[in-house]
Amino acid sequence: MSATSTRPPDTAAARRSATSPAGRAMRRARALKGIGYTAPTAAIVVVLFLAPLVLVFWMSLNRWPLLGAPRVNAPDNYTRIPDNPLFLDAVRFTLKYTVIVTVMLLLVALGLALLVQERRRGTGFFRTTYLLPSGVGFAAAALLFYGFYSTEIGPIHGILRSLGLIEETFSFRGTPNSALFSTIALVIWRFAGFQMLILLTGLQSIPLELYEAARVDGASRWQAFRRITLPLLRPTLALLLVLSVSGSLLAFDQFFILTQGQPDNSTLTMVMVIYREAFFRFDLGAAAALSVVVLLVLVALNALQLRVLRRRD
Amino acid sequence: MAGVQLRRARTGVVLAITCLLLLSACGGGDDSSGQSQGASGDTGATITMWTRSATEAASRRLVERYNATHKNKVELTPIPTDNYQPRIAAAAGAKNLPDVFAADVIFMPQYTSKGLFLDITDRIDALPFKDNLAPSHVELGTFEGRKYGIPHTLDLSVIFYNKVLYEKAGLDPEKPPTTLKEFAEHARTVREKVGGNVYGTFSGLSCGGCIVFTYWPSVWAAGGEVMNEDGSQSTIDSPESVAVFETWNQLWKDGVIPASARDEAGPTWTSFFPKGTIGVMPMPSTTLGQMPDNDKVKVGVAPIPGPDGGESTFVGGDSIGISATSKQPDAAWDFLSWTVSDEAQVEVLAKNKDVLARPDLASNKYSSADERVVLMNEMVGKGRTPFALNFGQTYNDPNGPWIPVLRDAILGDDVAKALQEGAPKLTQSLQQQ
Repeated sequence: MSATSTRPPDTAAARRSATSPAGRAMRRARALKGIGYTAPTAAIVVVLFLAPLVLVFWMSLNRWPLLGAPRVNAPDNYTRIPDNPLFLDAVRFTLKYTVIVTVMLLLVALGLALLVQERRRGTGFFRTTYLLPSGVGFAAAALLFYGFYSTEIGPIHGILRSLGLIEETFSFRGTPNSALFSTIALVIWRFAGFQMLILLTGLQSIPLELYEAARVDGASRWQAFRRITLPLLRPTLALLLVLSVSGSLLAFDQFFILTQGQPDNSTLTMVMVIYREAFFRFDLGAAAALSVVVLLVLVALNALQLRVLRRRD
Repeated sequence: MAGVQLRRARTGVVLAITCLLLLSACGGGDDSSGQSQGASGDTGATITMWTRSATEAASRRLVERYNATHKNKVELTPIPTDNYQPRIAAAAGAKNLPDVFAADVIFMPQYTSKGLFLDITDRIDALPFKDNLAPSHVELGTFEGRKYGIPHTLDLSVIFYNKVLYEKAGLDPEKPPTTLKEFAEHARTVREKVGGNVYGTFSGLSCGGCIVFTYWPSVWAAGGEVMNEDGSQSTIDSPESVAVFETWNQLWKDGVIPASARDEAGPTWTSFFPKGTIGVMPMPSTTLGQMPDNDKVKVGVAPIPGPDGGESTFVGGDSIGISATSKQPDAAWDFLSWTVSDEAQVEVLAKNKDVLARPDLASNKYSSADERVVLMNEMVGKGRTPFALNFGQTYNDPNGPWIPVLRDAILGDDVAKALQEGAPKLTQSLQQQ
């Protein structure tokens, strides 16, 4: 680009006559150009992130009707949170879900990555197959599983029954546990391939010489995995951990479509409660207050994770 | 010099792009301007209208006839029923509501109290047939003495029974149940005598709205109440209500209801009866037009009875009003007032076997052809529509307090205890600010 060719005369001119009117004009032009280049990104950040953030915070301090003027009622929206039994249950459930799904997802993804790590005949096919579900939209995937799990039209119930694994009355979404694990199966199906891909890049950045040296020293496969693979994979695992924890704490689509929080509100997530406050109860102020709380929890958890992982590095 | 000019030009382009981005990011959303001409009536205006998909068919018939006979044009947008309330909320928040929108009648108190509808008291009072509009819809569209909505579509809960299965089970196909006890007996007989994949009856046991719509009429028929008058206190533990839920509890225990009913959240609760696999169940009147008439299914219709007799119905369906943000209320009213006119009611709705928004037109040249339709129209005057500001969040919301209570009562062991413990939870939600 021409930017590199124009810079030297620019700076030279600026140095030569920093105080002359021409030099000042030029500096102003440069500053203006700089602002011009950064402005689009800055505008997007301001309009799509900062402004909504400030608005949500402001809403959380108000009684905010759908139509008409808001009225400041701080800190009512916050002090009423403990009175919302749905939200407290949702916090517990979301944390439980986050722990289970993060661990299971990592284990499955790591297993898949180790399976297809080495180049052999057919690994390309399996890598592609495992990654393929990531190409399906999450909501579409949830609807797909809704059909799979249906006792009326889905195939899974019939197959498991003919194998004698479940009873006729078994329902994939009928009990709190079956609903939770049916949803986790969907999440693993949808995301394991993607996590596998990230783990593969981590695995392939480990120099082969290390394994060779370990083999010469008489290390077993398990020892090589524990002493070489896992430690060197830590940055990748850390990335996946942050992604998975944040994503799971914000879980919405999968439960909204697959279980609607049923049975008996046992699979209700924090974001679903926020959605309910805003769009079923029309209490935008309360929804905003809950959003702020969830945001703070997310920031705190991520800060904690990053600190712990950085210290180890 | 050329370099400076080039740079200036480049800076200009960058700034221009930035401004464009900013403008396009901030300036969206307002497309309602420029439609405010047409000060009154039928002037060739374009009226935007929303309705939920559950009642779209009737709305569309009305819109098509209106568009064919008027200068105004109504643009109808159906929205998936489950998504309707959030969409209305989002549009209202953005002051982007359509000119007119229909709403499930039980949500009317919530919408009117939040100021989503325009006050049309004077317009309604000027109608020559203002006293003949379906009373429960008018009542729920009235807030603090002002009227905001008129009836749009009516959907009543009535007993459907399959005459083919009745004959197979040795029951008299011309004698529908007249008490809830008889209803249970019939259902049990069908299950026992026919069996296989045929069940006695069906209920959406994870669908709050379905249970409200199908069980509450039995409570009313017995003279009981499910809430106090202003909808601020639940009386779901009244003796009449306990008796009704006990009947259903027994049907579930005895396997007269299929196991899949436990997870039925609403989308498919009416889809089993037309397949000929259910003997007798409360159904929405609007589905009569879609019922098959073949060697598997012949539909008989009866009112929903109480445990020992009586009859009632849940008068559901949609009300419709002009949104508070509409820029052309006159054109919108021209359409709304036409939908309840004699012409629209008889030539569009009655012709299609729909229940009418005007009970005074119940006997017309079309209705007498089908006695089932006459019965449904008669039930409008005998039925009820419960009033509560927080109806939706208490009973319809899948995460509200109602579903756990009803599931406890129907699937559990102690009906009276389940309802007694549930009533305060419902009351708390009804009173929530």
